[in-house]
Amino acid sequence: MIAKNINFGIEPGELAAIVGINGIGKSTLLRTLGSTQPVLSGCLVVKDKPIVSYSPLELSAEISLVLTEPVASKNLSVQELIALGRQPYTNWLGTLSANDKEKIKEAIISLELEDLQHKKCFELSDGQLQRVMIARALAQDTSIILLDEPTTHLDLYHKVQILKLLRNIAHTTKKTVLFTSHEIEMAIQLCDKMVLLDGKNNYFGKPCELIEQKAFESLFPSDTVSFDPKTGSFRIKK
Amino acid sequence: MDKPKTYRNSFIILLLVLVVIWGMNICLGSVSIPFSEILHSVLGGTLENTAWEYIIWNYRIPKAFTAVLVGSGLALSGLLMQTLFRNPLAGPFVLGISSGASLGAAFLIMGSATLTSLFGFSLITDVSLAIVSSIGSFLVLLAVITIAAKVKDTMTLLIIGLMFGSISAAIVSVLSYFSDAEKLQQFVYWSFGSVGNLSWQQLGILSIVVLIGLVLSVLSIKPLNALLLGENYAKSLGVNLVHSRYQIIIATGLLAGGITAFAGPIAFIGLAVPHLTRQIFNTTEHRILLPAVVIYGAILMLICDTIAQLPNSAEVLPINAITSILGAPVVIWLLVRKKKMVF
Repeated sequence: MIAKNINFGIEPGELAAIVGINGIGKSTLLRTLGSTQPVLSGCLVVKDKPIVSYSPLELSAEISLVLTEPVASKNLSVQELIALGRQPYTNWLGTLSANDKEKIKEAIISLELEDLQHKKCFELSDGQLQRVMIARALAQDTSIILLDEPTTHLDLYHKVQILKLLRNIAHTTKKTVLFTSHEIEMAIQLCDKMVLLDGKNNYFGKPCELIEQKAFESLFPSDTVSFDPKTGSFRIKK
Repeated sequence: MDKPKTYRNSFIILLLVLVVIWGMNICLGSVSIPFSEILHSVLGGTLENTAWEYIIWNYRIPKAFTAVLVGSGLALSGLLMQTLFRNPLAGPFVLGISSGASLGAAFLIMGSATLTSLFGFSLITDVSLAIVSSIGSFLVLLAVITIAAKVKDTMTLLIIGLMFGSISAAIVSVLSYFSDAEKLQQFVYWSFGSVGNLSWQQLGILSIVVLIGLVLSVLSIKPLNALLLGENYAKSLGVNLVHSRYQIIIATGLLAGGITAFAGPIAFIGLAVPHLTRQIFNTTEHRILLPAVVIYGAILMLICDTIAQLPNSAEVLPINAITSILGAPVVIWLLVRKKKMVF
């Protein structure tokens, strides 16, 4: 099932999450936004210009990605991997300018990767690698960062750590950060906006607005899981 | 990223080693020629012993240059294929290009009995072999490019390339079954590979082909680096995937196809050298890897050729056997030591 009639717009400096049940099309939506798969129908607009009218190089300066697929070569060092984020701006050989090096350094510092920068990717834990991938997207210096399930395979602490980092990036760098997630409760607490794919209404708005609209109540079968609007969390029915 | 100096030193050392090995390759051979005489001749002097001069200028030097071209071209195309397919077991021949060349050679050698009776003279010469092998590999390359336009997934392309290889090998088997012992032996000799049969003119053609392949590869350095992340990431970094894929396939086709046409299917250099280089230089950056595999490939091929010609004896071992004997242990060693990732 792929959700239909999805309408939303996100402003610079906002952290937004796409949430919903398994198989509803969260990742499909995100990958479509990131142009890794063709648009099935409808229109995507970045900075008042349809996405299809961007050349690959123009788009690479607007949208950066953090996907669920593993990096093909784990032999890349952290620094090399983050440096690849500067490709849209480098010459035909990929030579890094002083500005590129500065951006790489900034990305490394803001994700606290100083101690890891000379390690190879296969030496890192899942959480560390995810931070490296986010740093790469940050170094790409795009107006939008899209992340597909950035907190999967991480423990609670690292989930929170990543989401807080993303929130911080959105608020301080004025970039638009959009991610898909199953962590609805965390998204309610940390996100500025949420897209809730339920296949029918596909709500969009601030988390508190969605709670008021009782958007979360019907997400899961009510005999198993119910939503408590006071705490913004789900309760399991025993 | 921070250490251009150390790399520069490594490259200077490597180039010196290349020159020394090249010299050694010329000095050693079935006929023993004093070093001073060789040096004198290479530096432009004339030798009293014209036979020696002939051997040096029309056999050893072209052979050494061929070995350099073959080694560096195969190693480079191996690197291109390993990165394009992000598969450590890919080599220059995964696209079925050498199988195409083999098929061309097999058709000429084993199918020529009828043609020979038709024309009244043998069609099999070094030149005609090179031409049909080129046609064979070019046709396979064309088929692969056509299919590459249709399949979205690069991994599918890899499997299709292997299938082309199987089909070609099967046709060669059928041809072998129906041909007489003499023709079969001739084909087997071709498949041993050789860097020693090229005239200066043929060497010139091969140089041009390898040079075009090299230029296309250098132009692919940036997309190759992006591909280390995977195709979706590469695309998000502004890489034109379709264009880059064609460029890399055509470069490989020219390098591997051209070399196989002139020197036969030479195994393992293309597979082993990129691994060796990655381990020694400890980097995945293609700006370093590309020149490094070119030099390492040349050095390794010169060493293999020096061993194959069994200095001071009249025998010459098949070069393909030597590259495999040296190459296979390298690959095994790489797979066994698990300290680092292979790719």
